[in-house]
Amino acid sequence: MDFEDTAEEAQFRSQVRTWISANAPKHLESELRRASFGDAGITSEDPLKASKAWQKKKADAGWACLHWPKEYGGAGRTPMERVIWGQEEGLYGVLGGPFTIGLGMCGPTLMAWGSEEDKRRRLPLLASGEEIWCQLFSEPASGSDLAGLRTRAVKAEDGSGDWIINGQKIWTSGAQNSDWGLLIARTDPNVPKHKGLTMFFLSMKSPGVEVRPIKQANGQSHFNEVYFTDVRIPDSQRLGAVGKGWEVSLTTLMNERLSIGSGMSTYFPELFRFCMETQIEGRPAVEDPAVRSRLAQFAVKQSGLRYTGMRAITALSKGETPGPENSIGKLVAGATMQELAMFALDLQGQSGVAWDESRPQNGRFQAILMRSPATRIEGGSDEILRNIIGERVLGLPGDIRVDKDVAFKDVPTKGRG
Amino acid sequence: MNLDFSDDQKALKEQVRRLLADKCKPSVVRKILEGSEPYDKALYAALAEIGVLGVAIPEEYGGVGLGRLELCVIAEELGRSIAPVPVASSIYLFAEALLQAGTDKQKRAWLPKIASGDVVGTIAYVEGDGPVTPEKLRTVVAGGKISGTKVPVSDGSSAGVAMVLARSGGDQVSLYLVDLSAAGVSRKGMKTIDPSLDHAQLTFDKVPAELVGAEGDGWHILSQVLDNAAILMAFEQVGGADRALEMARDYALDRMAFGRQIGSFQAIKHMLADMYVAATLARSNCFYAAWALASGSSELPVAAATARVSATQAFQHCAKNNIQVHGGMGFTWEFDCHLYYRRSNALALALGSQSTWERKLIERMSTGNAESAA
Repeated sequence: MDFEDTAEEAQFRSQVRTWISANAPKHLESELRRASFGDAGITSEDPLKASKAWQKKKADAGWACLHWPKEYGGAGRTPMERVIWGQEEGLYGVLGGPFTIGLGMCGPTLMAWGSEEDKRRRLPLLASGEEIWCQLFSEPASGSDLAGLRTRAVKAEDGSGDWIINGQKIWTSGAQNSDWGLLIARTDPNVPKHKGLTMFFLSMKSPGVEVRPIKQANGQSHFNEVYFTDVRIPDSQRLGAVGKGWEVSLTTLMNERLSIGSGMSTYFPELFRFCMETQIEGRPAVEDPAVRSRLAQFAVKQSGLRYTGMRAITALSKGETPGPENSIGKLVAGATMQELAMFALDLQGQSGVAWDESRPQNGRFQAILMRSPATRIEGGSDEILRNIIGERVLGLPGDIRVDKDVAFKDVPTKGRG
Repeated sequence: MNLDFSDDQKALKEQVRRLLADKCKPSVVRKILEGSEPYDKALYAALAEIGVLGVAIPEEYGGVGLGRLELCVIAEELGRSIAPVPVASSIYLFAEALLQAGTDKQKRAWLPKIASGDVVGTIAYVEGDGPVTPEKLRTVVAGGKISGTKVPVSDGSSAGVAMVLARSGGDQVSLYLVDLSAAGVSRKGMKTIDPSLDHAQLTFDKVPAELVGAEGDGWHILSQVLDNAAILMAFEQVGGADRALEMARDYALDRMAFGRQIGSFQAIKHMLADMYVAATLARSNCFYAAWALASGSSELPVAAATARVSATQAFQHCAKNNIQVHGGMGFTWEFDCHLYYRRSNALALALGSQSTWERKLIERMSTGNAESAA
């Protein structure tokens, strides 16, 4: 039991620290400190430009995508070294937001299923942030039930071997900034739903691709709808066999596990600071018994997540695979930050209704209140995550599925009427 | 970075688990629950024999001389099997207090007997309802003799020696070593929510008492002893939570209703997932506290309260929902669910209630800094 680095880890950390200290965009530091949730907080310049500049700088010096092979733009480092990099990058890691989906999910999928030529051509540009990728999976009628997607891919009739795409995707983060997209589509509606899917990648500049931002419930627009009208994709951009798209998608989804150790925040430190500063009847709120009790419950969740992450890092440090305990992160963080935000507003009394810069911490708790419902849904809803824990961790049986052996075209699509 | 136990510690844990699987079956817990013995003497002797009781006691005082991390892994196994033995009172509390504040002579007099299991020790500091405070303390020491009433005292029926918190001459709160075989000690058994653990009322009428630590240091020593004990008890609670979760999972796999395993229903599956989440958070918090305990970190007071609050919540959550998953069968005397339910609620009060530890956690974070638990 210790929190110390091994000698090699310590040496690597010091190397990283020196480089970051000499090269990080320090002029953005104070703005980044105000970042909350899907918003890097940068207003003095174009945030996307700032992100791309930092990523390119890292890539040129060999610090981008540390764990990827060198030939694909990485540095061939260990998963543990990647964790150390993340710890040292700290605040500047927020700038990596636009590349998260590409580096975390699309890149690894291309690496596992793409042709050597495509990997050598596309991955280094993804690693350096020169090209941004998005993931075209969810659809209006298939969220949690992803395999129920309806976007069609049909062979062109001109004998070119190309595929013609028609349909609609939704909740696509960053589509408006993306150069490439990873697309899962239905190639055969006459077989059960999981068996008729195929994976592709395509240029988001292809004719017939239309990106429309979604105005979210909190007023921001970080997600998009993407429409496909007779979009042509060459067969060479197919990943995996025709009809094996579900298997390929599992590679993408499994790579989410690699994002361990980053440890999602519940915003407890911010709440605690607020409770030290604000007063109830002339005393700091933190001295009020009811406040203390709520704070303690939030504290042990934040701390539990933090040390669960450290147990995973311990496994990595020993060259082992982290255990299933990492699956609890978003489930705990999402629900906790939502309750925490409601509590912080409650402590502000009737003024808590206001949402502007005059509120404690520039209205951060109001922002969390309004953003947190999405955290409990995106990337696997609370309910899907509980299914995953129940079935994959605890070994409980899956739910009975009525559409399992039915041709996709015969699966009912309407509830009432 | 190494937030894990060593291979040797894991091997010790495995050894203790095997011993308990053999010697602490639910029937053994039930024997204490339903009978008049305060604890299972055969099991306690077996634990002493493999060195479990003396694992953290130095060799010069009859122990094995390993450390508190070894005690953590043992505690988890004792909690998992809800062992009906006075390890918490005698080892986490009494031996710990003596190790922290006793003189060499006091240690030599008592620790070998504690390590061998020949004598059970305990700590007597509670005097009735509500949180314990120095102001409420009525037990007094005058002319080397102690008088007053302590209730509840864990393992008070069987203990041969106790650390007793009392007020002396002036207004000093101190800890005293009291031989419970002396004249003037009277004991009264108690009916409790968990009869698989013993509790009693102890009354002292001018019983010889020997000062432990400096006069006036009692409250401070007690607080440190309770912190260390809270970490060990949190490991017991995590062990209990894990076992309750396993029982519920196994039942959800075996029990059929509406033509299917009940574990396939999301109402049940999600309840089990939430039990897993609570147990996992608590385990990680316990690992943090174990590190603080072993390294003597300044974060120990925060880490202890964190582990304690988290583990209490996890064990209660898992034990109550274990009954829920079992349905009506979970509420029968015959099924073991109530044994865990009883224990989870008894341990939630031992060492101070949840609200007391929540208060300690936030007070400590306020005086230190928020980052230590962030």
